[in-house]
Amino acid sequence: MLPHDLHAEQFADYPPEARKVVIAHLNTLKELPISFLPGMLKEVIDYDFKFPAERSAIDKDLIYLSSLSQTQIKDLFQAFALITLPPTLEQFDWINLPSQFIEQQSAYLWSTHQMDAFRKAATEYGDRLRAESPADTLPARRLGIAIIGQGVSSYDGALFQNLRQHGTYFADIKPDNGLQLLLAAVAERAKSLPKQYGHWYIDGGRNACQIPTLTCVSYGALAPVRAALLKKIQTQIQRPGMGPEELRTYLARLTPTDVGMDKAGDPVLDRFLLKLLTEGSGTQIFSTTFAQWATREALRRAHPLTLLVRFAPRQQHRPMNEMLSNSQDNEPDLRGSLIDADMGAYYHWINQQRLPGFERSSFLVWFEGHSQALAIGSSFPRGSDSSSGLDLGELVSLAAS
Amino acid sequence: MDRSSNVYTSRDVAFRLSRSRREFLREVSSIALGSALMSASPLVRGEAAQKKRKAIVITFGGGARDQETFMPAGQQNIPNLLHDLAPQSSFFTHVANQGILGHYVATASIATGVYETLNNFSAVAPEHPTVFEYFRKDLRRPSSDTWVVAPSNGFNRIGESECKSYGQGHGARVILPKQILSAATSGKVTGYDHLLRDNYETPLYAPHIEGGEGELRQLDAVLKLSVDEFRSHARSVSSPDELSVYIAKRLMKQESPSLLWITMHDIDVAHTGAYSLYIDAIQRTDRLCAEIWNAIQTEPEYAGNTTLFVLPDFGRDSDYDAGGNGFQHHRTGDAASRTTWMMALGAGVRQGVVFDNQIQSIDLVPTLGAMMGFSSAQSQGKLIRELL
Repeated sequence: MLPHDLHAEQFADYPPEARKVVIAHLNTLKELPISFLPGMLKEVIDYDFKFPAERSAIDKDLIYLSSLSQTQIKDLFQAFALITLPPTLEQFDWINLPSQFIEQQSAYLWSTHQMDAFRKAATEYGDRLRAESPADTLPARRLGIAIIGQGVSSYDGALFQNLRQHGTYFADIKPDNGLQLLLAAVAERAKSLPKQYGHWYIDGGRNACQIPTLTCVSYGALAPVRAALLKKIQTQIQRPGMGPEELRTYLARLTPTDVGMDKAGDPVLDRFLLKLLTEGSGTQIFSTTFAQWATREALRRAHPLTLLVRFAPRQQHRPMNEMLSNSQDNEPDLRGSLIDADMGAYYHWINQQRLPGFERSSFLVWFEGHSQALAIGSSFPRGSDSSSGLDLGELVSLAAS
Repeated sequence: MDRSSNVYTSRDVAFRLSRSRREFLREVSSIALGSALMSASPLVRGEAAQKKRKAIVITFGGGARDQETFMPAGQQNIPNLLHDLAPQSSFFTHVANQGILGHYVATASIATGVYETLNNFSAVAPEHPTVFEYFRKDLRRPSSDTWVVAPSNGFNRIGESECKSYGQGHGARVILPKQILSAATSGKVTGYDHLLRDNYETPLYAPHIEGGEGELRQLDAVLKLSVDEFRSHARSVSSPDELSVYIAKRLMKQESPSLLWITMHDIDVAHTGAYSLYIDAIQRTDRLCAEIWNAIQTEPEYAGNTTLFVLPDFGRDSDYDAGGNGFQHHRTGDAASRTTWMMALGAGVRQGVVFDNQIQSIDLVPTLGAMMGFSSAQSQGKLIRELL
C-alpha cells in the first residue's frame, strides 16, 4: 500500500474526529511520501485524545498542505521522497498501526544509514512549516515555576548552574509559605486567564493542590496505575520471546482501561498520563524522572501558559527488578533527587523556550524551604546576583509582570 | 535563550565540541596541539617488540557528554582522566560514530572496524571479522591471548563474528562477570543484586541473568578464584563495572592476554532519567579507568609494553535537540550523540598531545592491527596515522 492508493474506507477504524480530519484532507495525504505520511497519521489517529494546542497544530499543518499545488508538495517533500524503504514496510498496515510502522521504519533507517538524511528532512520540514504558520499571540507571558529539593535540609553544592547566565540568582529570599504563595499565584493566573489545559500543576509526590482550574498531575496519585502497569510489565517479561522491543510494542497498545484509569473522566488527560508511563523512560520508577518528563510533555503537547512543577524525593537506586516490583520500602535519595531536579528545572526552562512567545516568557526556580532562587525574564538582569529579601509571592509577581 | 546551535550544521557542532575539548585540555593539562608533532613517531617497531606488545581497550557504553566531562563544569567528575591520564596520552578530540547508536551494535562496530547493522537487542555475532580474529589468526595466538570482559546484554557473542569464511574458532574468549556472579551465588543473589543491574538502554526490561557450569569453570580454571573468594570480593564492590574491572585485573594477572577488551556500562543508568546517578557513574568510570591504568603499570607482563585505549562508544543527546531529552538518551543522531573522544596512552604513544582532526570509532581496528602486526582486511576504518 502506497499513499496514492488511499481511500476513505480504510480509515473506518479511526476514532470519529480523527476520521473526519483524514477524510477532509485525503487528497493531500495521497500526495505525501510513505517515509513521511505514517508519522503524520501517528498524530492524527489520536486526534480525539489530543490537547487543543495539538489539534490546532494538526489542523494548521493540514490546511497549509492542502493549500499547496502538487508541484509545491513535491518540492516540500523532496528530501523525504529520497528515503528508500523496503517492500515489507510498504506492505505493513501503516494506516491502522502507524506507531509500529514508525518503530520499524526507525530501525530500518538506522541500519541503512539513512537516519541522518531523515533527521535533516524532518528538521527542514518543521522549520518551513513554522515559517509559513506564524504562532498565535499569547494573552500573557508564559510562566514556568520549578520547586526543587523537597526534604533537603542543607546542600553545599552550587545550584542552578546551567541557568545562572540567563537570569538573576537570589540568595536571600524569604522562604516562608513559599509553596502556598506560588500556588496562589498560579491559581490567580488560571482565574484571570482561563484556558483549557492552560495552567498546570505537576507534583513528583502527592498532589498538594486541589485547585479545579488547574490541570493537576502527581506521581503519588498515579500509584495504583503504576502498580497495575508494573504488574503487567512483570508478567510480560516472563513470557517466552519477550524482549525490549516487544515490550515497548505491548506498552504502546495499552489503553487507560487496561490499567484501571477509566474512572477519572477526562479521556484526554488519561491518555496523556498513560503515555507518560508507557513511553517515558524511568518515569515508572523515579519520581524525579516522572516530574521532568511530565513537564516536558505538558509543555510540548499542551503549550500551557503556566506550569508549576514540584519535584519530590525519589527512591534509592536499586536493582531494576526490585524497583519495578516495589518489593521493599527504602529511604528516599534526597541529595540525588535535588541534583536530578536541578537538571530537571534546566530542562523545564529549555522546553519552555521551545514554545511560541519564548522571547517574553519567564521562569522561576526555588530551592524549597530555603532562601535560594533564580528568576529569568525581562525583569531580571542576566548573569547577576541579588541580595533582595523578597518573598516568593513578590518574586513570582515580578516574574509574571 | 541561546538558540545559536540551531543555525549551525551538525558538522559545525561536532567541530565546536571537539574544539572545546581541545581548549579545555590544553588549559588544564598543558598538552600540545598534535599537528606540530607529527614527524617523530616514538613507536618501537620490529618483530621482537611486536611479539611483546599488548593492548587494552576500554569502551564505555553510554557515552558521557562534554558538559559532564571535559568542559569546565564537568571537570570535577573526571579528575583521573583529566589530571592523570590525559597528560600522558595522545588525545583525539573528535571521534565520530556514523553507525547505529545502540551499545552492543556500536561496540561490535568498534571491534570489527565496520559499522555493523545487527539488532542491538539480540545476542547475535557481528557480521564482519572482529579484531580478535584478525589478531589470533594472523599472529597465531592461542585463545587465552585475547579476552573480552563485558556486560551481559548480548555481548556474549562479541568475541567472534559469524564470518565463517574468515577464520572460525579464532575469536576472543568472553567473560561475563554478572553470569559468573549468578553462578557463584547459585542464582540466590541476596546481597549481590546491585551488581546484576542490566539493560539500562531499556530500563523496564530487566531480564533474568543466569550463570552455570561454564562460568564456574572460568572462575576456577581461568581466574583461579574459589567461589567463596569471588563472592567475598563481590560483596565489597558497588557496581557492575567495578566487578568487571576486578575480573579484568584478575585476568591480567592470571592469563596476561595481549589483547584485552573491557566494556563498561554503568554510565548508561542515564536512561532512567536520574541525572545524579549518571554523574555518579561518570565519576566511577573515571576512577575505574585509572585503576586499569595503574594495574598496567604494576603488572610485570604489562608494564612498559602496553598501550591503553579509552573511548566511549558514542555520545549522548544534546540538551538543545528537541527530538531528545538531553543526557537521558542517544536517540536523535545529533552531533553530540555521534561525537566523542579517545585517548591512547602507554607504549608507543606520544604523551600530552591533542589531535583535532576527525577520526572514526571504526578506525581503531586497523590502527591496532598496524601497531600489533596483524592485518584487518575487511575493516572499513582508516589508519590513525598519529598513533603510528
